[in-house]
Amino acid sequence: MSETIRGIEELTEASYEYGFSTDLDTDVAPPGLTEDTVRLISAKKDEPDWLLEWRLKAFAAWQEMEEPDWAKLKIAPIDYQSISYWAAPKQKPVLESMDEVDPEIREMFDKLGIPLHEQKMLSNVAVDAIVDSVSVVTTFKETLADAGVIFSSFSEAVQEHPELVREHLGSVVPVRDNFFAALNSAVFSDGSFVYIPKGVRCPMELSTYFRINSMNTGQFERTLIVADEDSHVSYLEGCTAPQRDENQLHAAVVELVAKDRAEIKYSTVQNWYPGDENGVGGIYNFVTKRARAHTDAKISWTQVETGSAITWKYPSVILQGDRSIGEFYSVALTSKHQQADTGSKMIHIGADTSSSIISKGISAAQGQNTYRGLVKMMRSAEDARNYTQCDSLLLSKESGAHTVPYIEVKNPTAQVEHEASTSTVGEDQLYYCRQRGMNEEDAMAMIVNGFCREVFDELPMEFAVEAQRLLSMSLEGSVG
Amino acid sequence: MLHVENLTASIGETPILKGLDLDVGAGQVHAIMGPNGSGKSTFAHTLAGRDGYEIGGTVTLDGADLLEMEPEARAAAGVFMGFQYPVEIPGVNNMYFLRTALNSVRRTRGDDEIGARDFLAVAQEAMDLVEMKQDFLYRSVNAGFSGGEKKRNEILQMAVMQPRLAVLDETDSGLDIDALRVVAAGVNALRGPDRSMIVITHYQRLLDYIKPDFVHVLVDGKIVESGDHTLALHLEDHGYAGFVNHKFDDAPLSGVTA
Repeated sequence: MSETIRGIEELTEASYEYGFSTDLDTDVAPPGLTEDTVRLISAKKDEPDWLLEWRLKAFAAWQEMEEPDWAKLKIAPIDYQSISYWAAPKQKPVLESMDEVDPEIREMFDKLGIPLHEQKMLSNVAVDAIVDSVSVVTTFKETLADAGVIFSSFSEAVQEHPELVREHLGSVVPVRDNFFAALNSAVFSDGSFVYIPKGVRCPMELSTYFRINSMNTGQFERTLIVADEDSHVSYLEGCTAPQRDENQLHAAVVELVAKDRAEIKYSTVQNWYPGDENGVGGIYNFVTKRARAHTDAKISWTQVETGSAITWKYPSVILQGDRSIGEFYSVALTSKHQQADTGSKMIHIGADTSSSIISKGISAAQGQNTYRGLVKMMRSAEDARNYTQCDSLLLSKESGAHTVPYIEVKNPTAQVEHEASTSTVGEDQLYYCRQRGMNEEDAMAMIVNGFCREVFDELPMEFAVEAQRLLSMSLEGSVG
Repeated sequence: MLHVENLTASIGETPILKGLDLDVGAGQVHAIMGPNGSGKSTFAHTLAGRDGYEIGGTVTLDGADLLEMEPEARAAAGVFMGFQYPVEIPGVNNMYFLRTALNSVRRTRGDDEIGARDFLAVAQEAMDLVEMKQDFLYRSVNAGFSGGEKKRNEILQMAVMQPRLAVLDETDSGLDIDALRVVAAGVNALRGPDRSMIVITHYQRLLDYIKPDFVHVLVDGKIVESGDHTLALHLEDHGYAGFVNHKFDDAPLSGVTA
């Protein structure tokens, strides 16, 4: 990584003529998106030609595409030419140890409660921290390396394992998949790469924290996880963002490949800035997450989404191999003026494939929450099964909950079940808790956490605790 | 200890309590009996602080004005209500609920919170009292409980909360005789010189097991008669009809030893 950063430094120093500014100790590209921008990003990252070509193909595709408008979201027009597509934190060129990390960056992570120092770290969690667009610290690499696990920034993987990246990049989410995926493919800045070799059970939870640091910088993360045959990995992605007045665009792509009999568990706790009580500011979160499950493989998505002004996200599983399994567990909370249009897609191709979708939507204040999901049983999906359960909880009169399930069945032996419920937090429940001494906010948090229990049970223990805390924090001031 | 004077409560234009007076001393158990619709449950909720009533009059506990307090402040002041219809909270385990409740009132009172380990001992003692099995603690609060389990859970909560004033609203309703015995034994074990209880019931049956110091008859929002436990026996034989008529003529009742 150190070489990569040195490379970036050199390029940056040389690029003043292109209008790069280094005040605030951050290198920011001028706003705007052209083919030259794509070339610039690729050059700054010293990428091989095939990757530049791939980006340019995506950019060409993106230029012909239009923003999707089918989601139940009211979005102010996004001016893609007013966004800066590159920002890198200034860094010491060589990092021999944690002590060399920029103190300001360390302080920021401390505020976020991210345990960067090894002694403070949860005993078995490795953290690949991302500030704006470049990974600054990667820890626990050696333990992982002993197991043959590759866990690195995406940029580093491009340099060190180009064959693995080239084989799998875009294999689950093609560059033309959708508007935001195409945009990401053209301009993605960094992200994480994971490879678990055949037969290896990853010795620790892998965890990445993202944080948007600069004004008006889009975030285009790219994550690729490849679990080779008979391997197992649990990955946690957590996000927090500071308060900003301007809307910020976040368009990430996550691709998971689980080969025969492999298992990937991917958990997300997302707490981007949601905007203020008047609906000003907040992150626009357009994410494409998709997994391909080969024979007897298993993919499990768990997400707790409490942040962002706009959430557009449908973690999906292509159940390609026979007997493969897809799971989706989701808690989405919208408060203030937040809008979420989220759900899952389960595409059954293989025989005896099974999937389950458990979605819990919570709407408070003026929040709007839409579950949108697709269950598709292809002709080849003999005896495939799906179970979908969508529960909505309304905490205020102005909030809204909507459920939009799409079901396509082309094989008569397939079974699809869908259950949906909408409820409110009863005044009698609040009164009961208050009679037992709890204040109204604590009572509300307890009841809502109870509602989400099935999903929290799927999170790794320490993150389940964090998710509950996050949910309680997000509900503050929304009672009554 | 508890002083209630000229208490009125109405929902919208409909008056329910119409000037209720009651004094409950420390360590006393008072039974309140009355026909359906007489205002028994409303009285209980008025003490506990439920929203939705227009309230008048005075209610003090140890001199403090209860009517000015939020429900959680009343709980911290020592008021516990056993619900006629305990509320289900799916996904929240009983143990966590109980510990949160206890620590909430402890925090308000300025006491240290109790950790999970110490709490388990407190809970175990309470569970023995109402003959509950261990797995009970790990089930969701009242969700899927039988009627008897819900009422036993109320008594379990009372044992954990150790209230100054317990108001038990029709704790006997929906109980078979075995469950009634368990619940009554729990209540009796929790009687003490510093704890007062108001036991609200429609039937005399409960008072065979929980012997009250005083019995009051509540009719049409007022206490129309007070006596010792033999008053309950009178009601058992004669029903509430005599009291319902009584309010029209104010004539003294026969057969009551006040």
